[in-house]
Order: sequence, then C-alpha cells, then structure tokens
Amino acid sequence: MSDSTLDLRGVMCPINFVKTKLKLESMEPGEVLEVILDSGDPIQNVPKSIKEEGHKIVEVKKEGDFFRIKVQRN
Amino acid sequence: MTDHFIEDKTTKVNVSVDGAATQKVDFNDLKSGGFIKQRQKDLFTVRLRCPGGKLTTEKLLEISKIAHKYSKKGVVHFSFRQSLEILYVDYKEFGNIVAELEKIGQKVASCGPRVRVPTACGGCEYNPNGLTDTQKMADMVDKTFFGTPTPHKFKTSFSGCPIDCARTKEMDFGFQGVVDPKWEEEACTGCTICAEACKEDAIASDPDTGKPIFDPVKCIFCGDCIRACPTEAWKPKRYGHTVRIGGKHGRHPMEAVEVCNFLPDEKVADAIKMTIDWYNANGKRGERIGNALKRVGLESYLKHMEPVFKSSKA
Repeated sequence: MSDSTLDLRGVMCPINFVKTKLKLESMEPGEVLEVILDSGDPIQNVPKSIKEEGHKIVEVKKEGDFFRIKVQRN
Repeated sequence: MTDHFIEDKTTKVNVSVDGAATQKVDFNDLKSGGFIKQRQKDLFTVRLRCPGGKLTTEKLLEISKIAHKYSKKGVVHFSFRQSLEILYVDYKEFGNIVAELEKIGQKVASCGPRVRVPTACGGCEYNPNGLTDTQKMADMVDKTFFGTPTPHKFKTSFSGCPIDCARTKEMDFGFQGVVDPKWEEEACTGCTICAEACKEDAIASDPDTGKPIFDPVKCIFCGDCIRACPTEAWKPKRYGHTVRIGGKHGRHPMEAVEVCNFLPDEKVADAIKMTIDWYNANGKRGERIGNALKRVGLESYLKHMEPVFKSSKA
C-alpha cells in the first residue's frame, strides 16, 4: 500500500526527481510514495538520486515500458 | 591553444623589476615559466597554475584584483587546461605581478617540455558519478611532479568515471576512475532496476526471477548498477584507475592506449615517476611519449612498469 502516488510518465530528468523529492518532503517519515517512471533515462537516474537523498526504495515493478516504484520517506 | 604562440627570437632584453636595477629577462626562460608572448608588442599572457581547475573564492577575488591591475585590457581567459590566464600583461611588469601573485600563494604555470599542470573533473567529492578523488590526485601530481623536465610536453589528467570528461584518452598519461561491481544474491529482490540502469547492456534480467545476468566483458566499471540498486545487492568490490598512455591532441591526434586497470590511488605517484623515467630514458627531444612508444615499442614500457602495474591485477 502507498500513501500517495505520483505519475511522472512523460516528465523529463531531472524535473521528475525534483517533483519526487518535493512530494516526499511534504510527507511524514515512514510514509510510502508510489512513483511511476518511464524506462530509459528516468529509471536510470531517479532511483539512484532518491537513494542518495536517504529515502528507501521498497518495491520496484515493471509494467510494460514503465516502472512503478515505492519509496519510503526517511 | 596558446602553446602555438609567435615566438620572439630576440632573446634578451633589459627589464626593470620593482624600479630596481635592470635585469636580463630571457624570453626563452619566460616560456618555460608560463609567460606566453602575444601578437601585441611587449604584451604577454601570464598563465596561472590551477591544478584541476579549482580555486578558492578568496583566491579568485585576489587574482581578480591583480588581473585588473596588470591586464592592459582588463581580461582573463580560461586556458584549455583549466588554468586562468591574465592577458595583455607588459613584460616590464613581470617582477611585480609575480611578486603580487606570490603574496596570495598563487604560482605561475609552465609551458614547454616538462610535466604540465594536471587537469581533473570534480571527482567523487561532489560529482554523483565520481568514483575517485580526482581533485586530490591532481593536487598530489602538481605538488610532486609539476615542471619535471621531459623530452616534450607531458600532460596528465584525472577523470572520476568512464564518462571521462577530463579526456584521459587524449593525454600523455591519463587516469580514469573505475569501480568493480560485486553482486550478492541474498540481498537481491529481482527488481530489475540494475538491468535498466546499465547503459552498456552488461546486465540482463532473468525472465523468471528478475535477477541480474552479468556480462563482465561489456562492463565498463561505471558503478551505475551499484548506485541504482535499492537493496545494496550490488556493492563496490574495489575502486581504482584505468591508466592510459600516449594520447595527444593537436595537429596529429593520437588515442591513448589502456595499460592498466584498477590501479589503486597509492600507486599513482609511482606510476607517474616510473613513466617519466622511461620517457626520459627512451624519448627523443621533441617527441611525445605516444610517438616514443610507437618507435620503441609498448613492450619495453610495459616491462619497465611491471612492478607498479602488476599490483592491480584482479
């Protein structure tokens, strides 16, 4: 289960990461955000940036040409 | 490039330094000292020594004041090797400008047949892709080897990752950061992110489990898999430098050849020292190390370097 969802399909790097970061910052520690990312650059870059911010990626699911990832706020 | 300046063949002129007694200034010495003649009569470019292209803002402020005072046109230029150059400086002021720069701890660079100021990217200190501390290495090389005489110019550079912004493939001797990835099955959840993150197709995902199938031949050791992995199943096994030799740009560019992989930080100084020894023993005057290697043979060099390079074999 996630507390919130952010559909970032069609959103370019690094705006997709910035949106994810801002959303996470508005949430409470421990809450889970679901992020939908395109394959290619977004899935190559966004998860590692989220990790570098100290948040935890708890689930990754591939659905066709996009990814559904769950991030737990630190 | 300012290396190809119009050389002044009148060698010695009288210059008054600090208003004191006149002294002889040798134009050929000036070149080695980082003073480069301009087209304009009596005016020179003063090239500063900025290893890795990094300066403190405090020093930059002081340099600005000095540049403003001595540049007849009030301009500076960033050299192709990351150093700041003060343009349009009258040679009669050399003594004064050097003394003022000295006071703020800023040295003048060099040109000619010697070890040049190393260049470097940001490296692991603040660049997310960085695998090695390129700035620290550039500083070490500058302090240890700057100005060492060689048969021709000897340029070094440090890139922190395989993107190679510092163009180690075009250097006489270049060092590029690498990381050897190691996968631990227990921590892996089969999420497939690593296969997506790998830009080299070195990781495929098992169709059933999602777990990585790694092709070490395709891996260029960038560490994208390590950074992307949500569960730390990909870990760094070791960091080091891919070492390249014999590259150059200029009129007849040459691509450097890879001579060592995963050379650890602590062996870099040895590698440079031994390479300079080989170059000084084998290179002809005016011959870049890449051409010396072509003429003498790479084998001779590799044999000479074996004590340093063998340590980094896996």
